[in-house]
Amino acid sequence: MSVTQAEQPLLTADGLTKYYGRQLGCRDASFELYEGEVIAVVGESGSGKSTLLQLLSGQSEPSAGRILYRLRDGSTTDLWSMSEPMRRLLFRTDWGFVHQDPQLGLRMGVSAGGNVGERLMAVGWRHYGDIRAVASDWLGRVEIPENRIDDTPRTYSGGMRQRLQIARNLVTSPRLIFMDEPTGGLDVSVQARLLDLLRRIVSEMGLAAVVVTHDLAVARLLSNRIMVMKGGAVIEAGLTDQVLDDPHEPYTQLLVSSILPA
Amino acid sequence: MSAQNLHALELSAVTKTFTMHLQGGLRLPVLRDVGFTVASGQCVALTGPSGTGKSSVLKLIYGNYRCDEGRILVRTGDAVVDVASASPRQILSVRQTSLGYVTQFLRAVPRVSALDIVAEPLVTKGVARETAIARATDMLRRFNVPERLWSLPPATFSGGEQQRINIARGLLPEHPILLLDEPTASLDAKNRAVVIDIVHERKRQGAAIVTIVHDEDVRDAIADFAIDVSHFASAA
Repeated sequence: MSVTQAEQPLLTADGLTKYYGRQLGCRDASFELYEGEVIAVVGESGSGKSTLLQLLSGQSEPSAGRILYRLRDGSTTDLWSMSEPMRRLLFRTDWGFVHQDPQLGLRMGVSAGGNVGERLMAVGWRHYGDIRAVASDWLGRVEIPENRIDDTPRTYSGGMRQRLQIARNLVTSPRLIFMDEPTGGLDVSVQARLLDLLRRIVSEMGLAAVVVTHDLAVARLLSNRIMVMKGGAVIEAGLTDQVLDDPHEPYTQLLVSSILPA
Repeated sequence: MSAQNLHALELSAVTKTFTMHLQGGLRLPVLRDVGFTVASGQCVALTGPSGTGKSSVLKLIYGNYRCDEGRILVRTGDAVVDVASASPRQILSVRQTSLGYVTQFLRAVPRVSALDIVAEPLVTKGVARETAIARATDMLRRFNVPERLWSLPPATFSGGEQQRINIARGLLPEHPILLLDEPTASLDAKNRAVVIDIVHERKRQGAAIVTIVHDEDVRDAIADFAIDVSHFASAA
């Protein structure tokens, strides 16, 4: 994970707050994410980490606060003051979202090649041979055998589905990717393979990423920086190894000391 | 150039206390008023009984522990960064270009081969992959790691083999400031000599080195002077 010295942040969260009716989801989250940087959001169920991810990825509109994003042309825009079609284009091209459940991020009745190719067609690719070649290349990069390109994800194992979802997200060379518990629900051996793959691809492509996880080992392996959430608020943030090795907040100390040694 | 400008590393009035919230907010003072400087080409050994905070000093310099008070000035290129107050991004950048930290323990990444683990810091630094692999190969050979192990993930290696992988990884990028925590702890005489050789090379290249070594022979061979960390122990 290299640290590029881009001057301007790619994504800026400024006082993000979300209420569901009177129920607080997330309160006053602010941070900056730079190109090539991976930030992990950790916390227990109900801590607000998924709400924060939904806000950041534009899937739900904040009750207060704003999200600024630097476009490829260098200009910075407020996500919710963009037009709906522009925002959708951004999601299809510049961003990716990896769901914990691959069924949410894949079309289960479409072939693996089609799942990857669809993202390319959405940004204007039309040549079948080119699309198939790129899709095939990406399946290789996520270690899916080439002879499975015409099979649907229904015939895939959980780990393969998750790798396919990653290929589908990355084929348009996004700059920013959101991941919600990307290794949740997978066997430990499959998790290790996926983590290694994610680590390598993120570093090769210089991707910025926001990874929500409850697994501190995943956070340590993938992220440069970490935010710890509790009760809808970010209670501690900093360098990943610093926060995990020298936690200051009582709740972070509890989290870190609650891991069972393997 | 004045001597002041030659310091690669300067600690002043560094204080560290741990607050254990799970033990009813117990405060554990570890270090008080730590101050020393290390010049380019110098190697400093931290000494003192176990538990005096030697490793904590290295972790503070690396930014792995947060510093309560004081300054930790690290020279990086033509600039000086205060690790005690730097942003996470600044610390990451200093680590990438200027600051290396080698412990006795390899934090193994599943499925990654020994060769890739050793080469990774160079690749991250922007060195071309083939060059990085070639230099990692030389390093593994130097540390007498059998070639049949290079392509394997080190999780199943012996303690000594894992340590050699970790030291090779830590020493390969030629950082101008090196923090070595027991680099020779479980090595045999032959590999201890390799570490000593490499430390001498790095010193000649102008690296500033802070090390913790219990083995007195090794310490005498590499260190220019020693600092007794128990002088900085907090009167608890």
